[in-house]
Amino acid sequence: MRAARLAPVALVLPSVVLVAVFVYGFIAWTAWLSLSNANDLMVSPVRLVGLANYARLTEVPRFRIGLGNTVTFSLTFVTGCLVIGLGGALLIDSAVRFEGLWRTIYLMPMALSFIVTGVVWRWLMNPSSGLNLLLDGAGLGALKSGWYTDPTFGVKAIAIAAIWQLSGYTMAMYLAGLRAIPGELYEAAAVDGAGGRQTFWRITMPLLMPVTLSAVIVLGHVSLKIFDLVIAIAGPQGGPAFSSDVPANFMFQTVFQANRFAEGAAVSIVLLVAVSLLVVPYLTWSLKRGIGL
Amino acid sequence: MKRALVYLGLVALAVFYLVPVYVLVATSLKELREVSLEAMWRLPRTLTLESFVRAWAGVPETGTRGLAQNFWNSVCLTLPAVALSVLMGSLNGYVLAQWRFRGSETLFVLLLFGMFIPYQSVLIPLVRVLQALGLYGTLPGLVLVHVVYGLPITTLLFRNYYAAIPGAMMEAAQMDGAGILGIYWRIVVPLSGPATVVAVIWQFTQIWNEFLFGVVITNKPTVQPITVALNNLAGSFIVEWNVQMAGALLAALPTLVVYVLMGRYFVQGLLAGSIKA
Repeated sequence: MRAARLAPVALVLPSVVLVAVFVYGFIAWTAWLSLSNANDLMVSPVRLVGLANYARLTEVPRFRIGLGNTVTFSLTFVTGCLVIGLGGALLIDSAVRFEGLWRTIYLMPMALSFIVTGVVWRWLMNPSSGLNLLLDGAGLGALKSGWYTDPTFGVKAIAIAAIWQLSGYTMAMYLAGLRAIPGELYEAAAVDGAGGRQTFWRITMPLLMPVTLSAVIVLGHVSLKIFDLVIAIAGPQGGPAFSSDVPANFMFQTVFQANRFAEGAAVSIVLLVAVSLLVVPYLTWSLKRGIGL
Repeated sequence: MKRALVYLGLVALAVFYLVPVYVLVATSLKELREVSLEAMWRLPRTLTLESFVRAWAGVPETGTRGLAQNFWNSVCLTLPAVALSVLMGSLNGYVLAQWRFRGSETLFVLLLFGMFIPYQSVLIPLVRVLQALGLYGTLPGLVLVHVVYGLPITTLLFRNYYAAIPGAMMEAAQMDGAGILGIYWRIVVPLSGPATVVAVIWQFTQIWNEFLFGVVITNKPTVQPITVALNNLAGSFIVEWNVQMAGALLAALPTLVVYVLMGRYFVQGLLAGSIKA
């Protein structure tokens, strides 16, 4: 009987040990590094210096710019994905022909890597070509932009490419949500004489709230971690004057180019805390509802 | 009238998603002298695969490396990593869905958290441990990393799927004297087809497209996966746009083919882990 009770544990043990070491052990190690003086390859002895690295970060311009960019990026990217995602889902859900075709087109970017997306969009957003040529041709020259080369537009250019890649995914979430709303609700509303607009705001939108919440969490955590796309479009320095730079990239440069391990570790712990604040309440909430997990 | 507006909206969205694809394909099929900033939107006058040859095999005159080696690196890396992470995820999912033990729910949540973390927060220890194990800079090292960090999502996919297997089936098999592995093998594995397809497609796409681990763990151009090589190729100023676009298409081809052929399962994977992008 004892063996029977141990067997399940034994089967998951390899995975448990791997995740315990590679996730939790490594995070603890990184946290410890972030409190140390290991800001050089040759530091010896390595000792704890408290929050000195974190304090220093608040004075590093590149980090502060990166944090600001993350906020701009997140707002642009999440809003864009929600609007296009919901709009597309409503269009597809209104009994159109060739539904499969539209869905295939809209979701296709999800199959690509951020690097491929980045390479294409860097070409499209070349200041002397691409989108600017189109805008000129359409008589919309006023909308022309330096895109990722423009210090004031900067990170929003990256967000446009990210919206292209992930709005189809948001659409798939909304479409699944729309299809899960029972038809009787709409029939009852029609019987009560509710108009299209009323039905949408009183029935559809409230019932889509859980989908919106999931989408915001998923997209929000993607935007906190965004890295590949910035590298592929704006390069390792994150564009002119770090205008497209993000903390994930700053961490990478600090650690793997400058060997400032402790400082890079501090950046990554800040990122981890930000992601946790978003994800942990959501995980607990989903588990309690028993949905999605 | 309303119908017309709906279709107008659908077409407008399709244009948004397809314009980059047009530029990608059109540019990659152009000859170098046809590629210019002013002529980006023009259709190629003569179709040539020359830029694909250059992206694949390299350009000896400029010393540019081709992507051929890196494409095969990605194949050799992705296949075992997908197989192992799916196999282990299936076993974990089976235990966590059908053989719950004290603390197994907590364990599951702790496991899940692993797929949300910014990987920057494990990179420094990861590099040091791989160096100590002699796996730094090697494909087996990268396989190990992808297996470990793929476990949360594969476990989640299989656990949700196996939770729907009726307990009565398991009990009946237990009556017949089957053990935990016997039941897995005789009852659960034969039922696993759909979940396995979803998990394989998901992991294949994720690992093939991954960049951060690749760029951190593989330092030699001959070992790097295709995403890293593509980024290097596109980042060098001497490489022509048509070659860059051809390289991007080559890097995208395997996952695009899977998406076009098995799109239905791909979307299922997305939504099953709607908790994760």
